[in-house]
Formats: sequence, C-alpha cells, structure tokens
Amino acid sequence: MEHGHSEKGGHIVSYGTFIGVWLALLMLTALTVAVSGVDLRRLSVLTALAVACIKTSLVLGIFMHLKYEDRIFKVMFLVVVVTLAIFIGLTFTDTTLAR
Amino acid sequence: MSQTATPGSGGQAVLREAEHHFDYTGRKLGMWLFLFTELLLFGGLFIAYAIYRHVNFADFHVAAKDLDLVLGTINTVILLTSSLTMALSITAMQKGNRKLAVWLVVLTVLCGLAFLIIKYFEWTAKISHGIYPASPELMKLPPGEVRFFGLYYAMTGLHGLHVLIGMVLLIVMAVVIARKPFRVHSFRLDDADETMAGARPAIVDGDGKPLWKGGIIDENVEQVSVVVRLKPGPQTIHPSDYVSLENAGLYWHLVDIIWIFLFPLFYLIT
Repeated sequence: MEHGHSEKGGHIVSYGTFIGVWLALLMLTALTVAVSGVDLRRLSVLTALAVACIKTSLVLGIFMHLKYEDRIFKVMFLVVVVTLAIFIGLTFTDTTLAR
Repeated sequence: MSQTATPGSGGQAVLREAEHHFDYTGRKLGMWLFLFTELLLFGGLFIAYAIYRHVNFADFHVAAKDLDLVLGTINTVILLTSSLTMALSITAMQKGNRKLAVWLVVLTVLCGLAFLIIKYFEWTAKISHGIYPASPELMKLPPGEVRFFGLYYAMTGLHGLHVLIGMVLLIVMAVVIARKPFRVHSFRLDDADETMAGARPAIVDGDGKPLWKGGIIDENVEQVSVVVRLKPGPQTIHPSDYVSLENAGLYWHLVDIIWIFLFPLFYLIT
C-alpha cells in the first residue's frame, strides 16, 4: 500500500516521504536564513525567492499531492502561475520603462 | 440513492446498491479552483510589494531590520511542521487509522495557535513602539518605511486571518472525523411479502455456508431490510471518508506556502 491507488480515491504517500520532505524544508529554511546574513546585493533577494520557490514546489507536489493528481490539476496550476507572471511582468514594464 | 432488490434463483433475493454518486476528483478540483483565487488575491499584494520595494529600495532594507528574525524563523518552522502533521493525518486516514488522523489534525491546529500567539507578540511589540498604520511615530519615518510597515500589517494580517480560518476548518474536520463512526448502508427488500413468506434470513459465506440465521419471516412481517454499518478502518475506508479532510488540508498548505514567501520578503531583506 506504500504507493498504491485506493479505489477511485487519492494516492497514498508514505509517512516516511512526508517526514523526508519536512526535513528538506527545514534545511532550506536554515539555508535561506544563513544566506541572508551574507551581502549579495540584488542577488540576495533572488536567492531568497529561489529557495522559497523550491520550498513551495515541495509543499505543492508532495504535501498537497499535486504530483499524483490528474493532469488537469497541473495544467490549471500552470495557468494561474502564467497569469500571475504576466501581471507581474506587465506591471514592471510600467515602473522600469516609464521613468 | 436508491436500492433495488431483484429476485434471484431459488427464491433468494439479490441485493444491489445503486451506484452512489461520489465524485472524488470533482470535489478536489473545486477546492483547487478556490485556492487559485486565493493565490491571485495574495498575488496582487505581492505585486504591490514588488513595486514599492523597487521604488523604495533602501527604505525597505532599513525597515526590515526592525522585524524580529528569530520570531519569524520560529514561526516558519512551526508552519512547516503543521503542514507535515496535516499531510500525515491524510495518510493516516487513507490507511484507515482514524484515531491517529484526529490527533494529527489536533496537533496541526495547536501549531496554528502557536503561530498566531507569536504573531500577536510580534505585533504588540511593534505597536508598543508606536509603529502601527497611520501612527504619529510611523509618520515621522521616510515614506518608504511607512509603505513597508503598511504592507507588513496588511499582508501578515490577511495571512493571519487565513491561519485563523484554517484552524476553524480543521477543528470542524477533527470533530467530523472523530464523530463519524459508521457509514450506514440500508437495503430494503420491496417484494419481501410475496417471495419471502416462510423464509428465514441468513448470512452465508462464499461457499453458501450459513454464518448466521435469523427467525422465520411470517405473514406479520411487513418489511425486510438489511442495514450495513461500516466503521472506517483499514479494510472499509472509502475516499468519501477523507476527501473533506484533504480539502481542508489543501487550504492549510496554501496558507503555509504564502508564509514561505512572506518570510523572506519581510524578514530576510536586511
């Protein structure tokens, strides 16, 4: 039953997988706090956001079972991310180009 | 939902429960759609943050130094741990371990409470220093720092509200799981009066060997029905027993994800 499909129901993720993901999340948190002490100028916010994105994909994929869901869930999520990216991108063309 | 009983061979009635319409994927899809609207709601605030930070780059760095990095980090660890217990509770429920699932949900709620208590101390410390929206103290600061704290209160406030709503949802779920002892299926034999008079109900195993026999069905019996009570356990657990818990969990994880972004953007940009 470790990675079996219950009848019409959801995928069962083992306790061990979840604990492993949790440990990875804690290590990434420690990493991002440690790196914040180092002065990397504009790069520091990018590393912080990169770590946040890795943490988010772990939570989304494993904790929220998105990795094991039907393709429609992933496509919909992608649509939301692209929509947000378009909004952020267009807003920034305004602040950086219209000066 | 309707049950039908069709007469089988040898006077036996064959019980068949009509297909119970339960759309597992649909229930989760609905929750995800709601989560996407939440993402766009917070997305708007993150855009506001990005623009103001771009315009007030230096002020944001100075203002972020006023936030307590230790408390922020502790809260991050608490929320990540609460997400773990939430995820574990669903595996426990899927494996039919109801008791463990309830305790893990309770643990998740307690983590949420700890988060809010720490947040309360953070906010009151700021407010006692005169830093709260539109305070005279705050208005003396450069406009960039005013914007930083405005966004800080708006975004962590809205996030805290989500934590509170998530806790209420999870308390409800814990009660629902703990109190839902049986799934009851009732089968009524409609034509019992004609075909079953003088018969004796029995439970038989795969080979037709009787495991249990009831009394004679005489003319006084007006209705024969079979009631099956299933306690969710390793063998009988059904997706309908845990899909609501899964949806509440999805909400909780979303709240965690938002904090994953709030934490570096407010605490780590010094």
